[in-house]
Amino acid sequence: MDKVRTQLMLCGGTGCRANRSEMFRETLQGELEKRGLAEEIKIIETGCNGFCAVGPVMLVQPEGIFYQKLTPEIVPHLVEEHFLKGRPVKKLFYVEPASKETIPKMESIPFFAHQMFWVMRNKGVIDPEVIDEYIARDGYFAAAKALREMTPERIIEEVKISGLRGRGGAGFPTGIKWEFARKSPGAVKYVLCNADEGDPGAFMDRSVLEADPHAVLEGMIIAARAIDAHQGYIYVRTEYPLAIRRLEIAIRQAREYGLLGKDILGTGFDFDIDIYQGAGAFVCGEETALMRSIEGKRGMPRPRPPFPAVKGLWEKPTVLNNVETLANIPLIINHGGRWFASVGTEGSKGTKVFALSGDVNNIGLVEVPMGTSLRRLIFDIGGGIPRKKKFKAVQLGGPSGGCVPEQYLDIPVDYEEIAKVGAIMGSGGVIVMDHETCMVDMARFFMDFVQDESCGKCTPCREGTRRLLEILEKICEGRGEPGDLATLEELSHIIKEASLCGLGQTGPNPVLSTLRYFRSEYEAHIFEKRCPAKRCVALLRFEIDPEVCTQCGACFKACPAGAIAWKKKQPARIDKEKCIRCMTCFEKCRFDAIS
Amino acid sequence: MSVPPHPEHPDITPEMWEKIDAVIARHRGVAGSVIAVLRECQQVVGYLPVELIDAVASGLNLPRSDVFGVASFYSLFSLKPKGRNLIKVCMGTACYVKGIKEVITRIEARFQLAPGGTSPDRRFSLEAVRCLGACGLAPVMVVNNDTFGDVKADRVIEVLEPYR
Ligand SMILES: Cc1cc2nc3c(=O)[nH]c(=O)nc-3n(C[C@H](O)[C@H](O)[C@H](O)COP(=O)(O)O)c2cc1C
Ligand code: SF4
Ligand code: SF4
Ligand code: FES
Ligand code: FES
Repeated sequence: MDKVRTQLMLCGGTGCRANRSEMFRETLQGELEKRGLAEEIKIIETGCNGFCAVGPVMLVQPEGIFYQKLTPEIVPHLVEEHFLKGRPVKKLFYVEPASKETIPKMESIPFFAHQMFWVMRNKGVIDPEVIDEYIARDGYFAAAKALREMTPERIIEEVKISGLRGRGGAGFPTGIKWEFARKSPGAVKYVLCNADEGDPGAFMDRSVLEADPHAVLEGMIIAARAIDAHQGYIYVRTEYPLAIRRLEIAIRQAREYGLLGKDILGTGFDFDIDIYQGAGAFVCGEETALMRSIEGKRGMPRPRPPFPAVKGLWEKPTVLNNVETLANIPLIINHGGRWFASVGTEGSKGTKVFALSGDVNNIGLVEVPMGTSLRRLIFDIGGGIPRKKKFKAVQLGGPSGGCVPEQYLDIPVDYEEIAKVGAIMGSGGVIVMDHETCMVDMARFFMDFVQDESCGKCTPCREGTRRLLEILEKICEGRGEPGDLATLEELSHIIKEASLCGLGQTGPNPVLSTLRYFRSEYEAHIFEKRCPAKRCVALLRFEIDPEVCTQCGACFKACPAGAIAWKKKQPARIDKEKCIRCMTCFEKCRFDAIS
Repeated sequence: MSVPPHPEHPDITPEMWEKIDAVIARHRGVAGSVIAVLRECQQVVGYLPVELIDAVASGLNLPRSDVFGVASFYSLFSLKPKGRNLIKVCMGTACYVKGIKEVITRIEARFQLAPGGTSPDRRFSLEAVRCLGACGLAPVMVVNNDTFGDVKADRVIEVLEPYR
């Protein structure tokens, strides 16, 4: 063990795995063995490092050299140069797109420099499958402190002082939720972790589970102590096999160490955790539906009250918290609520993890203090919009949220401020859209999702969202009529008011927010039968403007149907009989000549 | 306890029935276990034929309608047979913004199947799923156990070629 001089923290998150990180690891391990270096250089497979955009990534410790875009083919060169000759391989360094500067160290890369790692404190630093590594970074100190030195009331008080609000979407103060459940009478209580992560385009909970599963277990132990529960469940999406595997390993190790099970740390307190796999229904992320699902029933929400703190799983008092919420808890117990509350804004404390994706350069996972501006998030950390395209809007909060246009990019990340402009913080999905995104089509996309996922219990949600979808489809297909916009608005309000659960209550938000900021785009579809972003196939003419065409032939070469006629020094022309309307040529034409 | 004889079914071999019986036996009496049982049974057979659902219902001592209700509610469960290869295209927001729609159009046209369906030759089943949690690679497609990131409409057919 002592001989290890270098640790290679290779990302084993889902993104990097999809980019052949496994094969890279095997090749690297083989090469290290071949060169007799396997004793002193160890590869450690970590959870998502955050910078998925340049994956697979690897951090060389203790030097702090950050390698990106690794391939199995580069392995012999890398080992020869870096690990035998001590010369880090420059061509694997990160290159800042704007300045073309190569940056060898992770902390100097702008993507990381503006972040603050609280929830992601261990990502890429520990091996998530080894409990000792978590413990070595103060892991389970907070649990020990909470169990040995603190009364349940004191724990709850500390969480209340911290100002922590639920990260699962609604932003309910966590301390108050725990207090309700603590005060609810009952000998049997439950602590649940919501790892359903249904918002399509969000992957922070998954990454936290993959990178640092023990942090979530520790948060649950503390919650259990606070409300006096002895059994917990983690409800995790079945689509997350790696997260599930790592949780299983973590739970097993925690049991072996006496951190779960009977008489935890000799304190006499019993608590154990089991994993429950969801089966693919977005509505099961809603708290009452989630509990029905664990009970083995169809996951349909029920009216509240009674709230889960009074009657939850199996009708017993229950606390349900999101993954990220729970991962914050050990920090609060270790450092105190006041310390936690020193970061953030008036009403939003601590940090927030965002999944940054869509039309942005640095796709990945980022964690910033509450109060950070969207502009900083998208442009400084995210590196702006790819291929010199223009920013159009950013969708916050997924299908329950709304879009934020350019003029509000300077608002801070804060529950209330975001709500003011018609979006929500939600779980933290940040989807950047460039000017080639059609906002009517986006509204249609979200409505398709909501309609599909509505559990069908409430008529307004079931029928109303179907009607909204029909109208939006009609508009996208060029059959929009003058009264449609008024109908969309009216229906949206009815659905929001008359639905039982958050899905229906927030589902129409993407429609309302695109109508609010991009009404003219709807109008172009309806009155001019034109899609300004050129995304709605039915509204495209599939014609090339000979005046604009530079005769470059890019469309001709790309067309899969042989539908484009082009000769050098002649504008291209589309044969509409042969055209399969695949839109490849739109993508290829750099001069916007096709409409 | 003796196991009732199982009906003949073209897609369920006797070995599969054995596994199914084992799954049911392991969960019998555990409250709320029907979803886990259906999941494991689907892993064995590939989908959930009616006869299998009946076996689960009688094995767990639940009304048939309850088991059907659960199987039809969750999108994980399929009541129809699947193709030899399963294509999952991501219809999450990030993948949508990055053009998964065009990819799907291509697959549909080439193999004559729509999301949720199977090609006439049972070579492929196509499923649209919501966010595979790899948005960094959008648009994402998973074929059986292979993940493909940054799939482009003009390359997708080529990528699918090796899957027979
Ligand atoms: C339709 C719907 C889906 C939801 N999906 C999730 C989810 O995937 N993950 C999550 O943590 N919370 C989700 N929630 C919020 C939960 O109901 C609940 O408020 C949350 O898990 C509580 O944890 P927190 O207080 O720590 O945020 C969803 C709510 C609704 C209405
Ligand atoms: S609002 Fe929609 S999803 Fe929620 S309970 Fe009603 S029908 Fe189901
Ligand atoms: S839309 Fe597709 S088929 Fe039609 S001309 Fe363009 S590239 Fe060719
Ligand atoms: S999966 Fe490797 S950086 Fe995110
Ligand atoms: S939206 Fe496709 S992987 Fe997340």
